Amino acid sequence: MNANNLNNSKAQTIRSNDDLLLCAEREKDRQAQYKQNLFVCMGTACQSCGSTEVLKALSSRIKDLGLEKDYLISPGGCQGNCSQAPLVSVHPQNVLYQNISPQNTNDIIGSLKGSPIKELSCDNQSSFFARQTRIVTEYRGLLNPERIEDYIAVGGFSSLLKVLTQMSPSQVIQEITCSGLRGRGGAGYPTGLKWSTVAKANDSQKYVICNADEGDPGAFMNRNVLEDYPYKILEGMTIAGYAVGANQGYVYVRAEYDVAVKRVENAIKNMQRLALLGNSIGNTSFNFNLEVRVGGGAFVCGEETALIASIEGGRALPSPRPPYPAESGLWGHPTLINNVETYGHIAPIIRNGSQWFANIGTQKSKGTKTFALSGCIKNTGLVEVALGTTLREMIFDIGGGVPEGRKFKAVQTGGPAGGCIPESQLDASIDYESLKSLGSFMGSGGMIVMDDSSCMVDVAKYFMQFCAAESCGKCIPCRVGTVHIYDLLNKITKGEASLEDLSQLESLCDVVQNTSLCGLGQGAPNPVLSTLHFFKDEYIAHIVDHICPAGACGPKGQDLRRPACVL
Amino acid sequence: MPSSSPINAPHSMAPPTDDPRWRLVDTTMRHYGYAPNALIETLRIVQESFGYLDAIAMKYIARSLRMPLSKVYGVVTFYGLFRLKPPGEHTCTVCLGTACYIKGAKNLLDAVKLCTGLLLGQTSADNKISLLSCRCFGACGIAPAAILDGQVIGNLNSSEMEKHIRKWTVSK
Repeated sequence: MNANNLNNSKAQTIRSNDDLLLCAEREKDRQAQYKQNLFVCMGTACQSCGSTEVLKALSSRIKDLGLEKDYLISPGGCQGNCSQAPLVSVHPQNVLYQNISPQNTNDIIGSLKGSPIKELSCDNQSSFFARQTRIVTEYRGLLNPERIEDYIAVGGFSSLLKVLTQMSPSQVIQEITCSGLRGRGGAGYPTGLKWSTVAKANDSQKYVICNADEGDPGAFMNRNVLEDYPYKILEGMTIAGYAVGANQGYVYVRAEYDVAVKRVENAIKNMQRLALLGNSIGNTSFNFNLEVRVGGGAFVCGEETALIASIEGGRALPSPRPPYPAESGLWGHPTLINNVETYGHIAPIIRNGSQWFANIGTQKSKGTKTFALSGCIKNTGLVEVALGTTLREMIFDIGGGVPEGRKFKAVQTGGPAGGCIPESQLDASIDYESLKSLGSFMGSGGMIVMDDSSCMVDVAKYFMQFCAAESCGKCIPCRVGTVHIYDLLNKITKGEASLEDLSQLESLCDVVQNTSLCGLGQGAPNPVLSTLHFFKDEYIAHIVDHICPAGACGPKGQDLRRPACVL
Repeated sequence: MPSSSPINAPHSMAPPTDDPRWRLVDTTMRHYGYAPNALIETLRIVQESFGYLDAIAMKYIARSLRMPLSKVYGVVTFYGLFRLKPPGEHTCTVCLGTACYIKGAKNLLDAVKLCTGLLLGQTSADNKISLLSCRCFGACGIAPAAILDGQVIGNLNSSEMEKHIRKWTVSK
């Protein structure tokens, strides 16, 4: 990072579009000096599989050979196909190498002048890549997330300067409204409508917040997007600040995402250095500043009023809405709060126009959405697809299906407030309405595939245990209800429940869903209700036959009530 | 009533010890102007510097930020990140996110238990190993995963986990 910053120390501030174009030209010239650019993926999966060592080995080998002027080795963003980590890409040839270790260094460098090494190549024209549509993850793997110049060279911040110099705040909101963009945190509230509510609020102090408290277990899209495209998110927030009339923004990130925290802090510093944050941005009267707030590890912080309570320094307890944060949020002032990915769509919409965005997706769900594919599936990783893609395309074409010898059983979407969708429903399209009609939820975008070794009652119990532990304790239905639901599920998995317990479970779910204060409690029963709807036979098998058909709650076919053999 | 006299001014308070790490804590509180919203950030800095939060630290923060100790304790116990006990020399954090759960995080916990007898949240008697869990740290693509002494390790199975833990139990 320091080495990169050294190059930029003489960079001037960017006050106009001409400054921006000059900066972009200079960066393009710098990159053009090299014959080839190699990017080593620095995503979480690649790093844990040793990409840091690969980067070091490649850099030092190139140095030893005296080829630093010919080849540029950079840390790059996530390529998406985490199951083939660590990944190295070579440009402009557009070759992707998979499962690379420092031992492959010489082979890779040797092949730079010739043809690519077949054995190490990953087919980057396969359906995993070809079926994706990229807006938020545009230029995937090709940007060094530490350098602001990389982002500027591909058109970064042109939307911000366009907005500041050519558009009024209401025109910006109009553009976002026309695009049909909806909240990517999961609920799908129209973004333009939210912005206009905050813009209309009459207060001299307003705030913009980015919700990066990605608490859903099994979801890592926001982590990836923040780590790889910090500038895009911050540009989106700054545009939002201009549109609603705010002068201060906060990025609330989970403490577990330490790399994301560092990259966003670095990005803020770089933006301040180039005067893209601070006073009189773009030589206009617009002032805007950003700060990072690190969360303390509480799932409920994903709820907007709880997140605000946490920024204020207290326990993250949600409060009843209305008033909505748009009227009375942080310290009682009007506050705009959006998900990471929502902000990630803003700059591309301004750059390409609302009509371009509205042409992607379905009638009611426009644009693209990132998903974290994981579980029992061949190609795990991060994908971005146009809304309206079917679950089957997602799991079998992009994800490559479940590994040989196993059978697909269900896909879980929407985290602890979502549901499990069976094979019979896989032709449903991925959009807000259709997932909701299946008793699931778009959620932030986790997609966990389960095979026939997973027991659906056990999965429901897992989520209920999560919700019971993460309930903030403020309202009784959630605090007490989730524990009772968990106890009932536990009884079922032990083969000790009766059919009366099952009906009690159903009515308890109904109470918790309808009387809880916030989304955590209201959504908590969803995994139970959806598994009860699609996999009731599994519940019945546990209760009536006292067996677990999947063999997850006890040995397959064995009576669950029988004590385990001590021998 | 807050007063501006130097005696009552929060920044005049001396840290509990002359340990230089308190300077970092003071800097954090000063950065926020000793406002109540400094609390979580200050607690995080204390834990990063000292490894955990003890009564002395909590009392010091409460007095510096002019808030009841009960509020500080309430916040500390609300968030999963904060620890009231010092961690062991080595820490093993097993991810219990959905993808890891589906792929057998339970077996990893069992493996640690088998080697060390530790249950979740416990630290061994010789203070060598702490076994912790995490709700999900976003390494779902390489599930099941764990963080061993700060390093994310993915695609683990029971025997690999055992190997890692055994390295800690035998080495000095």
